[in-house]
Amino acid sequence: MDALWILASTGLWDAVLRIATPLIFGTLGALLCERAGVLNLGIEGIMTFGAMIGWLTVFSGGGLWTGLLVAALCGALFGLLHAALTVPLGLSQHVTGLGITLFAAALSYYIFRLVVPLEASPPTIEAFRPVEIPILAEIPFLGEVIANQTAPTYLALALVAVMGWVLFRTPLGLAIRMTGENPHSAEAQGVNPLVVRTACVMAGSALMGVGGAFLTMSAFNSFFPTMVQGRGWICIALVVFASWRPGWALFGAVLFATFDAYQLRLQSALENTVPYQLFLMAPYLAAIVALAFMARKARVPQALMRPYRRGER
Amino acid sequence: MAEPVLRLSGISKRFGPVIANEAISLELRRGELLALLGENGAGKTTLMSILFGHYTADAGHIEVEGRPLPPGRPRAAIDAGIGMVHQHFSLADNLTVLENVMTGSEPVWRLRSNRGPARRKLMAIAERFGLRVDPGRRVGDLSVGEQQRVEILKALYNDARILILDEPTAVLTGREAETLYATLRMMAQEGLSLIFISHKLREVMAAADRIVVLRGGRSVAERAPADTSRSDLAELMVGRRIARPQRAPATPGAPVVEARGVSARHAGGTDLHAIDFTLHAGETLGIVGVAGNGQTALARLANGLLAPYRGRLTILGRAVRRPDVGALVRAGVGRIPEDRTREGVIGEFALWENAVLERIDLARFSRRGIVNRAAARRFTQEIIDAFDVRGGGPDHRASLLSGGNMQKLILGRNMIEGPRLLIAAQPTRGLDEGAIAAIHTRLLEARAAGAAVLLISEDLDEVIGLADRIHAIAGGRMSPPVAAEAADARRLGLMMAGDWDEERAADAH
Repeated sequence: MDALWILASTGLWDAVLRIATPLIFGTLGALLCERAGVLNLGIEGIMTFGAMIGWLTVFSGGGLWTGLLVAALCGALFGLLHAALTVPLGLSQHVTGLGITLFAAALSYYIFRLVVPLEASPPTIEAFRPVEIPILAEIPFLGEVIANQTAPTYLALALVAVMGWVLFRTPLGLAIRMTGENPHSAEAQGVNPLVVRTACVMAGSALMGVGGAFLTMSAFNSFFPTMVQGRGWICIALVVFASWRPGWALFGAVLFATFDAYQLRLQSALENTVPYQLFLMAPYLAAIVALAFMARKARVPQALMRPYRRGER
Repeated sequence: MAEPVLRLSGISKRFGPVIANEAISLELRRGELLALLGENGAGKTTLMSILFGHYTADAGHIEVEGRPLPPGRPRAAIDAGIGMVHQHFSLADNLTVLENVMTGSEPVWRLRSNRGPARRKLMAIAERFGLRVDPGRRVGDLSVGEQQRVEILKALYNDARILILDEPTAVLTGREAETLYATLRMMAQEGLSLIFISHKLREVMAAADRIVVLRGGRSVAERAPADTSRSDLAELMVGRRIARPQRAPATPGAPVVEARGVSARHAGGTDLHAIDFTLHAGETLGIVGVAGNGQTALARLANGLLAPYRGRLTILGRAVRRPDVGALVRAGVGRIPEDRTREGVIGEFALWENAVLERIDLARFSRRGIVNRAAARRFTQEIIDAFDVRGGGPDHRASLLSGGNMQKLILGRNMIEGPRLLIAAQPTRGLDEGAIAAIHTRLLEARAAGAAVLLISEDLDEVIGLADRIHAIAGGRMSPPVAAEAADARRLGLMMAGDWDEERAADAH
């Protein structure tokens, strides 16, 4: 019975939102890249770097929002590197992306160690504080769930709507989607696919950087090199689960976060009766099952992972 | 004479050592329907790509309505009123008709697309030119003819006054092509100026106001349809006189394929309903029909990719009960698939790999799972020499070959062993006259050597020229055969519409 009561606890849903936030940023970022036709497997490393540089900015005296901004800018720079190699040069997006992940993660650790010599416990920062929202806070259940949420979480939620609007309601979004579906057609209609792709990879990577920064600046308050823990890969899978639609990306991120938060609580509820590794595995298993069902009807951007070269058909 | 709306002067373009265009000059007048005629590789598409800014010319310049057109920028061409309908449509399948049409037409930074006005403008244009479409449909769900309509609408939506169509009928059925030309004619009357690229003499003669012939990257002649003939144009286009070979009478041997009341299901295509036919050794049996009436299922049946669920099908003395391609290949069935780039060859593979792929398990090409490359290369070189495959040696990638040479390779790998049954599905679709004549000669040779040839084609001239007896296929049903002597284009046309005279046809037996 305890297992079900957990679902009704505000603590669970509080945790769900917190776990979902970096996933939302990351998934939106990967989604934007892929809508323009570029797979960005640099996400895992870019999130790690975002986590480190956001933390470092605040640790060395910068403001919290400055930290987020620096994380976004650094993400965009890694995006520029990825785009430079894969868009005009047309190199393999897989290899380049994985290379960027390795490079960015290693660089994060290197910079971190330059600043912080080996210590038992990593230094912490003063993280984002919960935002009080006047009227919503009065509502019984919801009020408690959102009582501990920080500003970046609301930013993530807002970005879902913005991304949906831009992609499906603006000329810019149409140009992006056309580039991801058929860059030759985009070019023939006066849209430059190389510019669109480069810009989308940079903007998407900036979101990945922010997603990583959330981990140090709102969730854990300190940096350790393995903290991203495959969240980037989860985002890549969530993009497929979401059929490249922002609304579904939000749903996917929340679903995964729910499994994750639930298994943590279930572990302590069913203490020692089941090996905890099974619980750790559960959200990933659920993700695979969900993906298997969703991916069947997903409409992949037709030019995803296909380099565009002018004049070549 | 109307003033020229478009003037190309001295356009030259080379790709490495290859001269694609050499000092081509061309004028297009208002309200004119101009045909650009030439074989594959004559430089037609390159010239139009330069006009539209996909390529930059090495020399020469372009004027639209008296103003120079900046090179290498598609958007500049669009703004100058030029619209292009590509042969391989540049549409995004996952987007809607309206989205495909609207792309690039609004300022990028606008916060909201104006879909309402865009939809109304599209519908007004569609109405005016009789190009009916549903703007909300996903393009990937449309038929090929409808997709072409979207391509044309896209150009018109961008206020094109000059429309360029690259091989517009290559993917259309006969009836769709007629409708298209009627539409183009109407557009010319409405004051648009049009250029269409083609290598089909019949179409060019029927539709164009003026014909410019390109050969080897040069403009070699200009004719009005009234002052020329198909044979004259063919000679200009190819540079020498080419005649398609004609069959000589032959005596058929024993039955090789017998179908009695065969029905088959073809997922995603037209099913076959109780068809009957007999194909003898040393005979060519022609199957005519508008694309999509069951030809694909028939070819798959004969190739061993499909088995009947009712009726009796015997191929080379064996009853076909379940799909077994390997058994038929080993029994001596040669196959020319309908879509050579998708089913015929693997573009990324070398010629030698493509040449032996079907027979790789024969002892002469592999032993204990190890490929005998030397033998495969020798075999490929034999094909290249015997079938005049130009454009590469055994180690070149197949995708480098032109359509005609690709088809010769496919034909060669099947013919060199002397097949007992040859299934030729649309063997000359999209090929130029020179290649067509070569393929026809080979098909006649196969028949003379005693092979049974099943010729499935939409080209009536081809079927009348090669086949001994002809069936029509319509809606998955097959007409009784008519003797080639009794067939003409009009009668076959009626049969293709599903209108066959049972008794008169029976006389042909």
